Amino acid sequence: MNSLIPLFVIIPLGCAFIMAMLGRFIKNINKFITPIFMLSLVYLTFHFMLNSEGTLIYKVGGFEPVNGIPIAIYMVMDGLTKLILLVISLVGFLAIFYSLSYTKQYTSERKFYVLFSLMIAGMNGIVISGDIFNIFVFLEIAALSSYALVAFGVEKHQLEASFKYQVLGGIASLIILLTIALIYWNTGTLNIADISRQLTVNCSSQAGTNVFLKFISVLLIAGFGLKAAIFPFHSWLPDAHSSAPSPISAMLSGVLIKAIGVYVIIRLFFNMFPLSYELSMTITVLGTISMIIGGLLAIGQWDIKRMLAYSSISQIGYIILGLGIGMLVLATGGNKAVAALSITGGLFHLLNHSIFKGLLFLSAGAVEYRTGTRDMRKMGGLSEVLPITSRTSLIGSLAISGIPPFNGFFSKLIIIIAAIQAQYYVLAFLAVLVSVITIAYFMKLQKYTFYNNDGSKWKKKKIKEVPFSMAFSMIIMALLCILLSLLVIPDVREIFLKPAVDVLINAADYSTNILGI
Amino acid sequence: MIIYILCFILFLVGLYGVVSKRNLIKIIIGIAIMEYSINLFLIMIGYIEGGTAPIITKGFEHAKFVDPLPQAMILTSIVIGLATTALLLAVAIRLYQKYGTFDINKIKDLKG
Repeated sequence: MNSLIPLFVIIPLGCAFIMAMLGRFIKNINKFITPIFMLSLVYLTFHFMLNSEGTLIYKVGGFEPVNGIPIAIYMVMDGLTKLILLVISLVGFLAIFYSLSYTKQYTSERKFYVLFSLMIAGMNGIVISGDIFNIFVFLEIAALSSYALVAFGVEKHQLEASFKYQVLGGIASLIILLTIALIYWNTGTLNIADISRQLTVNCSSQAGTNVFLKFISVLLIAGFGLKAAIFPFHSWLPDAHSSAPSPISAMLSGVLIKAIGVYVIIRLFFNMFPLSYELSMTITVLGTISMIIGGLLAIGQWDIKRMLAYSSISQIGYIILGLGIGMLVLATGGNKAVAALSITGGLFHLLNHSIFKGLLFLSAGAVEYRTGTRDMRKMGGLSEVLPITSRTSLIGSLAISGIPPFNGFFSKLIIIIAAIQAQYYVLAFLAVLVSVITIAYFMKLQKYTFYNNDGSKWKKKKIKEVPFSMAFSMIIMALLCILLSLLVIPDVREIFLKPAVDVLINAADYSTNILGI
Repeated sequence: MIIYILCFILFLVGLYGVVSKRNLIKIIIGIAIMEYSINLFLIMIGYIEGGTAPIITKGFEHAKFVDPLPQAMILTSIVIGLATTALLLAVAIRLYQKYGTFDINKIKDLKG
């Protein structure tokens, strides 16, 4: 089973290579290969999720540790990894199935699939690698292909958004590289588990390392915060996510900012650094501010995808808030059950957000595909001509605003309950308040886009429902919005969420599991 | 110690270029300078006073070697930097074709 781990990188990377070579000669080969390999990744993820327990390690090149010091590049598969892989492959498959019809408007379709596969390879690589420099390399693969995908339409706005994204993303990558250099300088190793052990040893013996620890933590928050678009670093997100082709917007908002931003932040701050109160507080406060700012900025938007992009900032804030409260409780030595509840809420919301934000972006893309505009003021009455898109978008909006039978309600409820139990009443109140703001702007979106007039304008133009592959992806995602609320049932939660939560709760076990000491 | 500070100043020079310049090409040059400063920093970490290349040959089994790992890392990061710069320049050229200028003050359709 251990030897299957590299497949998560090999399959998409190999397919990207094959498609780049053969796509020129065999027509439409990319459209067959990409959905098939995404489906195989979904299968592999479920296979790991249901059949394996604990931490699996694959050592690249087969080099065994010397004197307990790991020298090979480690690939690690544990509960948290499996959860993020599930998100990547599921949303990735649905987005690529949607693109089969959507990309017909572009001139060089085959390059779209090559870049998409590279992006999947990069994200999978980040998630499974247990080595901090490898994380950087895969992060650059994912980021570079996403820059290219944002500019894929080569229109004015897309190029401008892509340039902005590249400059800020480039600075973030360089800050991350600087941090990696500093960590290597201080600890002499790149393996996350080994760094964690070195830092724990150093922390107790030297007074100077604490300053050093704070310095690299701040640099890491800046670097990965830019990638995750949390509050002071969010300015690129609305441009990039609203200008990209819609399936890519769904991937960027739903998966990329989580895989290369939130995942790395929680992996490093829980499992690599010793937990400290100040850092946990910083992360929680940043999460809270981005939750509020994103929500407030979203209300005023008239561009449908721009509103969804601002909403992503707000929802990422929720995820960070949930995880941050967990960190705070663990750092202050509080009740572990409360921390577990809070982290469960955060990870559950991460899973949910990728589904419903993906769904909303795909619906917005369907509207844009048929009407040719993103301005809500020019829409209205579309529920008459686009019944499927209208229903799925409504389900997505209800789920993200937290209306009971849908998944978003339960994850937000868990976060709020955890905040109250941890006695952070202000944070709980703000979470409820932002939830109300969320309802407000999604009501605006629904009203101006799909209702508001009788749609005779669109009937005259003979607008039809979107093609099968687009409708199929949206319907599956809408069903998932309802099905995922089953995760509140303890037995189901035990399979999907509990292994991931355990990795974060027993943070110190990560290095002992991997180093085997 | 002074050499590390100089390296950090080089990083700041690049950052200044990115933040304050208005020309797209100058911004790209700024990013390239930042990247080189970090590569320089990495190579200095691995350097040992009086060390030789880390190749074990007869008679040199116990010689003082420099750390080879940062060198491998730099090779990777140079390749990544090449890709980043190439993509940035490609987008800058397309932007010039669309807007007819490299001035970022004139390229600001996206707001709000």
